[in-house]
Amino acid sequence: MIVENEKEIAKALYDDLSKPEFEAFISEISNAKSSCELALKELKHWMKPEKAKTSISTFPSSAEIVSEPLGVVLVISTWNFPFLLSVDPVIGAIAAGNAVVLKPSEISPATSSLLVNLFDKYLDKSAVRVVEGAVPETSALLEQKWDKILYTGSSRVGRIVMTAAAKHLTPVILELGGKCPAIVDSNVNLQVATRRIIAGKWQCNNGQACIGVDYVITTKDFAPKLIDALRKELEDCFGRNPMESKDISRIVSLNHFTRLERLLDEDNVSNKIVLGGQRDQNKLRMAPTILLDVPKDSQIMQDEIFGPLLPIITVENVKDSFDAINSKPKPLAAYLFTNDEKLKESFVQNVSAGGMLINDTILHVTVDTLPFGGVEESGMGSYHGKFSFDAFSHKKAVLYRSFNGDASIRYPPYTESKKKLMKALISDGIFGMLLALIGWSKD
Amino acid sequence: MAGSEEKEKAVFDVDAASALVNELRCTFASGKTRSYEWRVTQLKNMLKMCDENEKEIAEALRQDLSKPELESVVYEIGMLKNSCRVALKEVKHWIVPEKAKTSLTTFPSSAEILSEPLGVVLIISAWNYPFLLSLDPLVGAIAAGNAVVLKPSEIAPASSSLLSKLLVKYLDSSAIRVIEGAVAETSALLEQKWEKIFYTGNGRVARIVMAAAAKHLTPVVLELGGKSPVVIDAGINLQVATRRIIAGKWGCNNGQACVSPDYIITTKDYAPELVDTLKNELERFYGKTPLESKDLSRIVNSNHFTRLTKLLDEDKVSGNIVHGGERDKESLKIAPTILLDVPQDSLIMNEEIFGPLLPIILVNKIEESFDLINSGTKPLAAYLFSNKKKLKEQFVMSVSAGGLVINDTTVHLAVDTLPFGGVGESGMGSYHGKFSFDAFSHKKAVLYRSFIGDAAIRYPPYTTEKVRLMKALIGGGIWNIIQALLGWGKA
Repeated sequence: MIVENEKEIAKALYDDLSKPEFEAFISEISNAKSSCELALKELKHWMKPEKAKTSISTFPSSAEIVSEPLGVVLVISTWNFPFLLSVDPVIGAIAAGNAVVLKPSEISPATSSLLVNLFDKYLDKSAVRVVEGAVPETSALLEQKWDKILYTGSSRVGRIVMTAAAKHLTPVILELGGKCPAIVDSNVNLQVATRRIIAGKWQCNNGQACIGVDYVITTKDFAPKLIDALRKELEDCFGRNPMESKDISRIVSLNHFTRLERLLDEDNVSNKIVLGGQRDQNKLRMAPTILLDVPKDSQIMQDEIFGPLLPIITVENVKDSFDAINSKPKPLAAYLFTNDEKLKESFVQNVSAGGMLINDTILHVTVDTLPFGGVEESGMGSYHGKFSFDAFSHKKAVLYRSFNGDASIRYPPYTESKKKLMKALISDGIFGMLLALIGWSKD
Repeated sequence: MAGSEEKEKAVFDVDAASALVNELRCTFASGKTRSYEWRVTQLKNMLKMCDENEKEIAEALRQDLSKPELESVVYEIGMLKNSCRVALKEVKHWIVPEKAKTSLTTFPSSAEILSEPLGVVLIISAWNYPFLLSLDPLVGAIAAGNAVVLKPSEIAPASSSLLSKLLVKYLDSSAIRVIEGAVAETSALLEQKWEKIFYTGNGRVARIVMAAAAKHLTPVVLELGGKSPVVIDAGINLQVATRRIIAGKWGCNNGQACVSPDYIITTKDYAPELVDTLKNELERFYGKTPLESKDLSRIVNSNHFTRLTKLLDEDKVSGNIVHGGERDKESLKIAPTILLDVPQDSLIMNEEIFGPLLPIILVNKIEESFDLINSGTKPLAAYLFSNKKKLKEQFVMSVSAGGLVINDTTVHLAVDTLPFGGVGESGMGSYHGKFSFDAFSHKKAVLYRSFIGDAAIRYPPYTTEKVRLMKALIGGGIWNIIQALLGWGKA
């Protein structure tokens, strides 16, 4: 389905987001393909029961953990990577043997519609279905009893989804967002760091990505150098007129455009723009914009930006950046650029986020051996690779015993010596029990 | 203001709960609970607490449940001590980050998964194993480095009170606290933002807990229950099977356990022999007047006693009692009772019994029992007694439950390499062994890259060349890359 319809998928993404073909391929199509290929390759291993070691207390016995499908699951997708974030969870659900309903986002209608057609044509519609729609359709779906719900989107709606799930005791995975910070230390290869920040911001659906770099923290001393480097690299990437570059997505809708404008135009924020700021409401385009040292309590530093605006916050010492990050809700990702080994260690130990990357941005989501998910406000649960299979499975414990070796000490009437022996067996294992049998137990 | 009810202790309201959480959050922020030494000290102290207070704990359990001393010592204290020991032995391994393999796409890079504590967590315990079900999750929360509030059940007040006293004496109360109380106190706690809530109890309250958690996006583990069935095939060692069923039912707090066999399914042909063997073994264990046996817990309170007698006295059921049925309201005792062939739509077959009543349902062929089980909600456990390989395989394949045991009951709880938890109505999440540590940890993904090897093809402006190369690199492996570089790509 993916291979035969690459052009159609890229076109739908272009219609919905003006997503450049390169991005469509790199970030959505190829990731979806890899996900499928991995599942195909590994499925037979994933499906095998996992042996579990047993101990003397249940001897003789053998144990295993069996992965079973949960049943009928609901995947609610989102608009910014509408193809990948629909297909990737569905791959996990199918790999784990479930029936699936997919609800793509109505904010990316071309992709939503394409998904309906493609799924209908390529997949088994007796078990895999797409339901298009907006709030009423989603609410109707959320009233049902599902065996699992995987939701990608905002924390606000995440709460609604979990509350609906609670009525049926449906377990959920919530892939949300947050303000993903990038700390830039002074002892770095500035050109590479800057390019990678650009890749993780404006090359990611023009900043409209849950793991995109939301804001940068650097030292007061280093900020001018960083800004200059960003200025130069941005021009290399998008030209002198970024508003006309074909290599950058537009803002998805008028709603979001207005929201971003409001962030930019706030008092004490609008005068902090050091680069960019251009916008075109008709075309829903906004240029890469950098702001320096906006007030901590400004809206742009409270909300997840989800757009092409990059505030740079300065601190005295790069170490101070950790407190700044930890004073905000835990984000989905956090980034650090440095060559200082101790700083890396301190960062990994002391900053909490869904995931972290040292010296790059966003790429950790392509490593399928790493769980992709948030913590606290940025979400719960995770997927990718085998984690997707596990996300949609019930891990059933199975213990096998035989009729041999039945100890009467287990049964009433309970006597003092039975008690002693049982206690020894459970707490101290066979040696303790033997001691107890010979009469040497602790009591 | 201060009224007559508040004479002895301040009311634990929402403000008090909020202050408590803030205090624990400060403790957590100080980093104290993250240290390996702190975790080990708490776990060692918990062991000491069990060793030094065995008599007191058994006495509290006797007061709350008339629990026989052997059950208290072996199944509550013994299991808990084991849990502590496993954690003490393994936590140094559990906290080591797990390396993750990386591929060519992010070369050069290295990756790992780091377990971090979640923060401040809430454990809400139950009344039937008040000691074990409070402290076993606590072992996991401590091992994972969290600060914890424990809310024991008010339906087991002696245990609740003892827990409160003991934890203050043995554990670090700047990070671990017990809040006693009932609905009001629990509601006050549930309004707060926790980093995780671990609840053991019933489905009705679980929905309330999860809805409260949803307001704060707090992940939950819900350990619930259900009707755990036992399928009994012919051609088995019936004496051993019966004993194991008795041990799992009446030997487990007199049937008041979430994994107790709730009901039996067997064939019409086999039932008479089964009933006879059960009767014999029951008499051997509990004597001719089981109401007087010291080896049986009582029913926890008059609410549950009334609930159970209602199940027994229903018209369509009361005539099906083939053994037992005696009861004594004063002492809250009900004798081991077996019912044969009760109707599917009886009350006793439509709620978790949680007591000493054992219905036996009959089928023509034993294979029919699987459909019968699957027609109900998924239980926490399901059991099969059989020597037939094919039947065992079919059982494991087609019956869904939290956990399964072949040829025994309830003992899977003692295997700490198996996750203990439910599915569907019987719960979500799991614990025991390393699963406890994982339940209270955030698995943080970390990828390390260097500045070397930065490919210009990653960045705009995007040319057709770049698109071709990137496609090859990501999709096709090294051969396709070479082809693309030489200009032979598919693009």
